[in-house]
Amino acid sequence: MTLRVTLQAKGPIPLDLSFTAGKGELIALVGPSGSGKTTTLRTIAGFWQPETARVEVAGVTWNDTAAGVCLPAHRRRVGLVFQDYALFPHMTAAQNVAAAMGDLPKAVRAAEAARLLRLVHLDGLDHRLPADLSGGQKQRVALARALARRPDVLLLDEPFSAVDRATRDRLHDELMGLRAELAMPVVLVTHDIGEAQALADRMVVIDGGRIVASGAAAAVMSDPVALRRLGLREIAAMLPARIVAHEQDGVTRLDTAGGPIWVPTLTGEPGQRVRVRILAHEVILSRDRPAGLSAQNILAGRVVGVHPGEGPGVLVRIAVGEAELVARITRRSCEMLGLVPGDRVHAILKTMSVARGHVAQDAHPADR
Amino acid sequence: MDWQALRLSLSLAVWTVAILLPVSVVVGRMLATRRFRGKGVIEGLVMLPLVLPPTVFGFYLLVTLGRNSVIGGLWQDLFGHQLVFTFEGLVIASVIFNLPFAIQPAQRAFEAIPNSLREAAAASGMSPVTALMRVELPLAWPGVMTAMVLTFAHTLGEFGIVLMVGGSIPGETKTIAIAIYDRVQAFDMQGAATMSSVLVVISLVTIAATFALSARVGQRPMQ
Repeated sequence: MTLRVTLQAKGPIPLDLSFTAGKGELIALVGPSGSGKTTTLRTIAGFWQPETARVEVAGVTWNDTAAGVCLPAHRRRVGLVFQDYALFPHMTAAQNVAAAMGDLPKAVRAAEAARLLRLVHLDGLDHRLPADLSGGQKQRVALARALARRPDVLLLDEPFSAVDRATRDRLHDELMGLRAELAMPVVLVTHDIGEAQALADRMVVIDGGRIVASGAAAAVMSDPVALRRLGLREIAAMLPARIVAHEQDGVTRLDTAGGPIWVPTLTGEPGQRVRVRILAHEVILSRDRPAGLSAQNILAGRVVGVHPGEGPGVLVRIAVGEAELVARITRRSCEMLGLVPGDRVHAILKTMSVARGHVAQDAHPADR
Repeated sequence: MDWQALRLSLSLAVWTVAILLPVSVVVGRMLATRRFRGKGVIEGLVMLPLVLPPTVFGFYLLVTLGRNSVIGGLWQDLFGHQLVFTFEGLVIASVIFNLPFAIQPAQRAFEAIPNSLREAAAASGMSPVTALMRVELPLAWPGVMTAMVLTFAHTLGEFGIVLMVGGSIPGETKTIAIAIYDRVQAFDMQGAATMSSVLVVISLVTIAATFALSARVGQRPMQ
């Protein structure tokens, strides 16, 4: 099950891009508004037809303008989660989910709808109308409905942008928990770089309808071209870590390849693997291991790259074990420290600079 | 009390509603969801009966449907009698005259359905017809019902056009509104009063039904 997309359009939003997503792979389309992310998604779903399009899913051509093939939207096996939920307001949660299973015998639908609602932690709310559900609950129903279609590709169009921060963090965790169930390619459109980093296997940065960078989140995050589009304050690395203990004073101790760090209390059992999003502008660098400092998260690493930007800033990439951190410091500081690749360095991080939403559950615990 | 006229009026109203129900759904939905050249012209034409005096509208219908017109001539060839001054002619006039009452509320109801719901229906594998039956009509139904109630009530009360196109042939084109006029002309105020009160009751019931339905529209959890 692979998704292959090639699109070209002159307007209303110009497009010229091509990408693929493999079985079970979650790719995030990120970029500024009006860059063509949602249009790309709508083309895959069959709601829009650009001048040139080729969409192939699981070996089946859904759209090929050259060959005159264009499958109508309702005949494409696509699960679509909308930003505004788009639940059918006159149907209960269970009916909404069952509505996407018109191809199944009636007897099967109710049981399957109940199973999917359990999967998204909504058991007991089957008979609620959308108007009686919270934003987070609505979006869970929408996800269950998208899965009920048994899609060959799952499309998520800014699915978490209409809910509050805390709900969003919880939905992120739940989506990561569901990843094992998702055998199809997943395309997530988002303008939230942190969300893309937390959820995606691969990031595709779109600007003006073109792909300006794509690859693993870590690679994109140190690509100066991509960074210009994403905004410097969004630069961050995802540091793999493992929960060691929840301590009395409201912090959780994590182990990383560069040493222990403490972050505000997390949910999760000791031993569980997580990834911590560390914003580049929050990282302080020091040649010597500092003492007498309030910050206690001091990670030992080695400089692997120094990338001067256009402004006063420099991006320093630091290898910490297998992982990589990025620090954005001033050119002045970098020259003062005389940092060059290969140097040993300590990265210092305030506990309080890690928000709850900066910690992502690990998608593939078995791989690591 | 002219029961024959009342029966004729009710029959005319039922026929008009029966014909306009599918028209209001199809045309109302099309005007609400599609963008095409000449849409403004169509919307304007649909509204025309609202602004034209009934006698003017009736006059043009008389000319268009009359024996010497293309439509009237064709009807004469097919059925052996003329179209104007018959019940069939009255139904056609009534359908045309009621277009704004039938289409406008339906169009508004379909416009109130967010486009993302149509897309969600398609993404859920529903064909356009299934989506119409399972998603759009249940949501637009109060609006469509309002349209039909308005059409029904309006047909009962229409006077000018009915007189122009139908004349006043008892049992064929003499509706209750015309019967009331006849009674007044004959100084039978008692008869006119009885029939008027019957019309008032029917109108009140239909208005009450419309309000009840609109209240339900308000309660609908629309985003």
